[in-house]
Amino acid sequence: MSGFVVDSTVSSGNSSVAIPTDISGQILDLDEDDDLEVFSKDTTVTDGSSFNASMQTSPASMINQYKFEEDAEDTKDIFVTVDNPESHVTAIETYITYRVVTKTTRSEFDSSEFEVRRRYQDFLWLKGRLEEAHPTLIVHPLPEKFVVKGMVERFNEDFIETRRRALHRFLNKIAEHPIFSSSEDFKIFLTAAPGELTSYKKQGPGFLSRMGETVKAVAAAVRGVRNRPQEFTEMQEYVEAFSQKISSLDKVTQRIVREQKEYLEELKECGPTYALWSQSEEELAEPLKDVAGCVDRCCKETEEQVKNLNDNLIPVLHEYALCTDTLKAVLRRRDNIQADFEAKTEALATKKADRDTMRDDLDKAEDRLEWANNALKSDWTRWQKDMRTDLRSAFVDTAERNVNYYEKCLAVWESFLHSQRTDAEGNGNVDFS
Amino acid sequence: QFLGGLGFVMVEKGTSLLKMMEISVAEAEKRTGKNAVNMQETYTVYLIETRPVDAASEGTNPVPDSLWRRYSEFELLRNYLLVTYPFSVVPPLPEKRAEFVWHKLSADNMDPDFVERRRVGLENFLLRVASHPDLSSDKIFYSFLTEENGWKETVFETGFQAKADSRLKALNATFRVKNPDKRFAEMKHYGDELQSVISQLLRVRARAADRLYGVYKVHGNYGRVFSEWSAIEKEMGDGLQSAGHHMDAYAASVDDILEEEEHYADQLKEYLFYADALRAVCRKHELTQYELEMAAQDLTSKKQQREELATGTIRTFSLKGMTSKLFGQETPEQREAKVKMLETQIEEGEELVKERNTECEEFVKSAWVDIERFKEQKDHDLREALISYAIMQISMCKKGIQVWNNAKECFSKM
Repeated sequence: MSGFVVDSTVSSGNSSVAIPTDISGQILDLDEDDDLEVFSKDTTVTDGSSFNASMQTSPASMINQYKFEEDAEDTKDIFVTVDNPESHVTAIETYITYRVVTKTTRSEFDSSEFEVRRRYQDFLWLKGRLEEAHPTLIVHPLPEKFVVKGMVERFNEDFIETRRRALHRFLNKIAEHPIFSSSEDFKIFLTAAPGELTSYKKQGPGFLSRMGETVKAVAAAVRGVRNRPQEFTEMQEYVEAFSQKISSLDKVTQRIVREQKEYLEELKECGPTYALWSQSEEELAEPLKDVAGCVDRCCKETEEQVKNLNDNLIPVLHEYALCTDTLKAVLRRRDNIQADFEAKTEALATKKADRDTMRDDLDKAEDRLEWANNALKSDWTRWQKDMRTDLRSAFVDTAERNVNYYEKCLAVWESFLHSQRTDAEGNGNVDFS
Repeated sequence: QFLGGLGFVMVEKGTSLLKMMEISVAEAEKRTGKNAVNMQETYTVYLIETRPVDAASEGTNPVPDSLWRRYSEFELLRNYLLVTYPFSVVPPLPEKRAEFVWHKLSADNMDPDFVERRRVGLENFLLRVASHPDLSSDKIFYSFLTEENGWKETVFETGFQAKADSRLKALNATFRVKNPDKRFAEMKHYGDELQSVISQLLRVRARAADRLYGVYKVHGNYGRVFSEWSAIEKEMGDGLQSAGHHMDAYAASVDDILEEEEHYADQLKEYLFYADALRAVCRKHELTQYELEMAAQDLTSKKQQREELATGTIRTFSLKGMTSKLFGQETPEQREAKVKMLETQIEEGEELVKERNTECEEFVKSAWVDIERFKEQKDHDLREALISYAIMQISMCKKGIQVWNNAKECFSKM
């Protein structure tokens, strides 16, 4: 019997779970049952097989795992930061580690503050573990291993900073996730000393066991799913369309940055040209120098604006573009679980021998499927909400910065105009109406 | 008090012509006809309208007098003025061909935008001439404005063409002046610098305009993608859709912005070409100075020759002198004849030097007056241009603030 963890521990001190209206169409009907309010933070995974997800109580209660509280910030009890990249040189390789600081009041943590150093490989490992344990939950994407276009080396300062921010976001998304944040792997990641982490990583299913699971997965994929529920087909269609849109937006924004940079290059020559001209003039020298100054200041603001796009909007768009791969994978895995169930149903109907074992397997497969579907539906809602919040705030932020940019440039030119008018009035020149 | 087609043109009310009449280049039209080699050609003509000043102020508003002229006729007028008033900084014509263009702007002479900008430039030219203290009272200029037929013949009858050819030759010749007026030398240098720096500015500006166009237009893609995206979303749809409209508006706004900037470029171009006119006046001074110096040099050498003949000392080498040394002295009668000839030449030479000296002095006086006038005009106009540039930038910023504030509101409804 593969490992189900049935745990009916009552959670301590947490308010009852409200099911928000926006997912009401997507979840199973719930019985009014006190047990449904129960959930545990201890999602112990005894083996990492993708077909043996951790379970608390019944599949239906999975929905209650999600605390859709509006004031999530106030109840946040874990804070994670990623900073301080450092280069490490060994005989074999050079790599970067990042400092990961955790501050928490959660009881399952031995202490309230932790500081560890982790490298990109470690993040990859964590992501893999979470995906394995929860095949139909949506894990936030990691920054890519290598950026093919544009970047030259891994150790370029900008690249490291971009990566650091993305890693920070990644861990925070995990910490905010109702299931992932209670993952043991996550805890280990945040707290284990380097040696501990290495040995912990070595645990888990052996190579052959993993191979076996992979073979099963491939077989399921080849078999294909027959009766995919409509809602998952709709999900797939949405993901397809969304993927195109977000990737377009990513490209458009990168193009804007490129054009802005080229504009900046030309603009940078304007100021000095006005300054050069002022050297040949007498009366005009002052206004020309002032114009040169204005143009130079606008250049600085433009530079700032380009940097903002690069640092704020583009990473977010890029991450949601990467999300679509995750979403497609999640939908695929769900399909495989269903395909497996369908195959076993068929097998039971056709074969005569071993019916008891097969019925047992079928039951487990059915549970697995139901659990996977519910998990996906709930996490899908959560993901959509998050996506909406993240993209909205990224665009609002961008618009705000653009307003700011124009306001600063406006001030620059208005002060020039003002100085010219006061000069004119001072010299008794004609009015400018 | 300043009038003029373009608000920044410094035009003095009180000069003879503008006191009498209002001048404008009201329209432009395409014509086709046969040219000098009997081939079909298409060209543009411009309508020059003139109206007595009094009529307008009386409020009766009569129909103005008008005639059509093409660009080549304007060129003829200007060439005539250049030759006839060499001490004046003659206002330039708008460019013959579109230069310093950025990619979206057409370099085609028949392009309606180019034609429109040329119309404005030609009006500006006429107003400048009409307000010039010396040029405005020229008869040929007056008939250019008022007599449609036979004007060309009248111009050629003045015989300016011959002067034009020799002027061109002289301006292009290389010669060294020993004592140029320092102020003119400085002005010439200034003219060179002005031309160089304005060219550079126009080039840089055109490239920047190109790039700015790209930045704005790419935002149009946001509009398209937001619209498509809104179709697959429920709650986010409305916010996205309306934000998309603002992105489209943003992308479209650059056309007006850059059209306004083109006016600024035209203002700079005028002074780019003015630099040429300024240089021409300085060159003319060099020429008159040179001719004076040549005459003076010639006179000095003739005087020396006379002295040598009188005293018998040979300080200047002459072939005659050498041959007479080798083959014997000349007779006293021969020497007498030579001295007499030299005396006449010296007399004539002194007259010439006096003439040329006066010419030089008068030229310096008149030219310097006009150069000072030009300086003042230039300082005023360019300052106005810089101010109008700032106003344009301010307008652009205000539009940007508005669009992005609107977009922000839409985004927050996502």
